[in-house]
Amino acid sequence: MIPAGPSPAIDGDMLLPAPRRGLPSPTMQHPSPERSTPSRPAKVFEAIARNEPHVTETHLSLQGDDAVLEVEQFQLHYGAMHALHNISMRIPRGKVTALIGPSGCGKSTLLRSVNRMNDLIDNVRIGGSMRLNGDPIYAPGVDVIELRKRIGMVFQKPNPFPMSIFENVIYSLRIDGESDKRVLAQTCEESLRAAGLWEEVKDRLQDSALRLSGGQQQRLCIARAIAAEPEVLLLDEPCSALDPIATGRIEDLIEELKGEYSILMVTHNMQQASRTSDCTAFMYLGRLIEYGPTDDIFLQPHLRETEDYVTGRFG
Amino acid sequence: MTELEFDPKPRVAQPTAGPARSVRRRDKRRATSLFAHGEPMVWLTGGALGLALAMISTLLFVVISRGLPTFWPQPVVEIVTHGGERFAGEVALSESFALGPEALAALPEQAAARARAELAANDEQIARRMLRSGNYDLTGTHFRWVSDFEVAEESTPEWMLCVERLEWGRFYGVPTALEFDGRRTDGPSEQMWAEFERAHAQARATWDERRSIEEHDIGRLAKAKEEARLAVRSAELAHGAQSPERAAAEREAEALSAELDEEMRALGERIEELKALNAGRRLLVRTADGAQATLPLEQVVRAYPANRLGAFDKLAVYASRVEEFLLDSPRESNSEGGVFPAIFGTVLMTLIMSVLVVPFGVLAALYLREYARPGPLVSAVRIAINNLAGVPSIVFGVFGVGFFCYTVGGGLDTWLFPERLPSPTFGTGGLLWASLTLALLTLPVVIVPTEEALAAVPRSMREGSYACGATKWQTIWRIVLPRAMPGIMTGAILALARGAGEVAPLMLVGASKLAEELPIDGAFPYLHPERSFMHLGFHIYDLGFQSQNSEAAKPMVYTTTLLLIALVVVLNVVAIWIRARLRRRFQGAQL
Ligand SMILES: Nc1ncnc2c1ncn2[C@@H]1O[C@H](COP(=O)(O)OP(=O)(O)OP(=O)(O)O)[C@@H](O)[C@H]1O
Ligand SMILES: [Mg+2]
Repeated sequence: MIPAGPSPAIDGDMLLPAPRRGLPSPTMQHPSPERSTPSRPAKVFEAIARNEPHVTETHLSLQGDDAVLEVEQFQLHYGAMHALHNISMRIPRGKVTALIGPSGCGKSTLLRSVNRMNDLIDNVRIGGSMRLNGDPIYAPGVDVIELRKRIGMVFQKPNPFPMSIFENVIYSLRIDGESDKRVLAQTCEESLRAAGLWEEVKDRLQDSALRLSGGQQQRLCIARAIAAEPEVLLLDEPCSALDPIATGRIEDLIEELKGEYSILMVTHNMQQASRTSDCTAFMYLGRLIEYGPTDDIFLQPHLRETEDYVTGRFG
Repeated sequence: MTELEFDPKPRVAQPTAGPARSVRRRDKRRATSLFAHGEPMVWLTGGALGLALAMISTLLFVVISRGLPTFWPQPVVEIVTHGGERFAGEVALSESFALGPEALAALPEQAAARARAELAANDEQIARRMLRSGNYDLTGTHFRWVSDFEVAEESTPEWMLCVERLEWGRFYGVPTALEFDGRRTDGPSEQMWAEFERAHAQARATWDERRSIEEHDIGRLAKAKEEARLAVRSAELAHGAQSPERAAAEREAEALSAELDEEMRALGERIEELKALNAGRRLLVRTADGAQATLPLEQVVRAYPANRLGAFDKLAVYASRVEEFLLDSPRESNSEGGVFPAIFGTVLMTLIMSVLVVPFGVLAALYLREYARPGPLVSAVRIAINNLAGVPSIVFGVFGVGFFCYTVGGGLDTWLFPERLPSPTFGTGGLLWASLTLALLTLPVVIVPTEEALAAVPRSMREGSYACGATKWQTIWRIVLPRAMPGIMTGAILALARGAGEVAPLMLVGASKLAEELPIDGAFPYLHPERSFMHLGFHIYDLGFQSQNSEAAKPMVYTTTLLLIALVVVLNVVAIWIRARLRRRFQGAQL
């Protein structure tokens, strides 16, 4: 369903000036091998194919940032399958970090590792460590339920619960036993406003959430995630099931949430990554290949492979 | 319809200019084009459905066509045979049959001649009718067969009454006089009939009062006395036969007993008064063959001059009979009167069963689907549950008797009601044990659809809930169960229908031919789960196969069957309505 790598359409999109950031100019969009000089020739993929360890190319400009989430030497196996190899990265606070990479490279796996959703799957083995604001995520004795309450997650397909819009938004408060009507109503309104859905649904909060449109449902899921005031927001291809207009609204929303929330987002849409994110991480076959500020990744990537991928020459 | 749904153009056979490698595939498709096109499958599937529908509607048609007219008043015909016999009755059945040569030879000369004439005229068939002739106390029979060739004279006398009595079944005859409190009115006449109706109402009111005293007041006294005796026995069990406690209880019981005896005497006097009052209220009747009979008015449930009734009067009789059927207790070993206790018992038992089986089944399904680690053990359990549905229901009845009644009930009795032994309280069949047995029987019917409904809850919803920090149980309680609720209701509906129609196990665990008391009444603790109860299904079996007067019971079998089907339909419609509401609430159009 999802094309492996950017499709020609996305490639074409890349020619358009990205509206909000306006950073990459059309001329710099297609760096030819002669003009831009990647630091190394293309042999990272060959090394990976030979199963040699890969050291992530992390841009220096990221090092100083205050990290909300630190991933160190993270490994994950699904049974015999080695899905994540030695991932190390620091997710900066209050910024949007995009995860890109071809299908099956482990983006969702990495994202789901952050709130330990992989615990629900049998046969998963974990190595290395992750820290959320300094607290270990994978140490023994960590209360997974408490941990998940500190992390919001929005899935690729909208998954509203079979209950009213109101109950959907305040779900995390309900499971905490909050019953003060004023608090609930206020949280509901604030979250829906933050998710840009308030005006559309304020008159039918008691309607079933399943009757909303796909785009509305996805914004509802975002409202539900931010109602718990999470420390990190994980978005797994939040727009993949939406039309361009709904996608635009979600992107605006991410823009607005930036600063207040730290967001880690998976996307297949290069244009979206370049427009909305501050940092971008490129993954390939379970390895984090290159990680740096979005502008650098898209305009002056250190690795030839990254450049090929973001320009759509590699699929 | 079929023309609209199925494209008549044979798409597969159209030549397509494709590349060479597709030639072989096209050939293959042509070979199966009939199947691919689907037409024969439509006929097969539609035929199967049609056959099923035809069988079901035949069944329903038989039940409805025989069950509904049961209460419609028929004219009463009086017949004089060539042999000089006279009798009257309602036609219950007409048929033709072939009279064999031996039977013909056995007939007297003239009768044989008439029979031969009818045989010749009527395609070698002889018509005969079965008359419900009643008057069992005089004739010793409820029904008579009469062949048409035997009939010399047939009439519908204007004043021929059909009288339904508390005992001895129906009576057919012409009223000659009414005696009421010393006054005598001769008849038959309109005036006498008007008077009869008044007198009858009064006599019935008197009788109702007497019955109420006999059933309630005397029953209450007897119960109080029994309780005093039980108190003595309890004291004896607790403190020993020589203990002062027992002596005290005994003294108390004696004092109470004296008091109660006094009250009992007063009631007895009142009963005698009422009896004496009604003794002088009688209807004198002459039967078709000239015999005189005296019918005490209090014994008459309903009487009507069958041949004088207009359509509205008939409708009134019909309505009054339906009302009696639905709201009264049965009499005459269940072949007359109503089935109210059976309706009550059926509904109550089905509801208790559902209340027991649905939560139980849902919990079991939850464990199987949500908590148990899938593996051979779980698969084995699942297969075992499915097989439970195939165990003959009588086996559940045997289990219910052995386990619930004797083991659990017997244990409860020795523990809680030792003073009542050896007569059992819970140690015998009763409403609770019947409900539990049927709950067990219908368990797979709940578990299987519930499990399917749980499995159908999208994984994305569960993950969303976990991602919000919900625990497993919170996820199940707030997301999975509501979402699966319509499926669970489907299981409940199936269990309801299955349980309401089940008879065999009930015979062993508590349904009875006649239950004196309803399982719910005004006496503490209001619901009496230990009591045996009447059940429509068992009632049908009893009427159809155990009845002394099976010809009279036959129409009642159909009527009761119709009622049971209607009851199951009503219960189901309610459950389906609830499910539709839940579905609207928990599932949107998009999922
Ligand atoms: N539950 C699982 N059990 C076994 N293997 C899995 C499981 N989930 C994912 N995988 C494997 O792990 C690898 C990474 O999967 P993941 O879903 O993280 O990819 P992705 O980068 O999100 O891809 P996409 O862009 O298509 O969503 C894939 O090869 C996939 O087959
Ligand atoms: Mg994914």
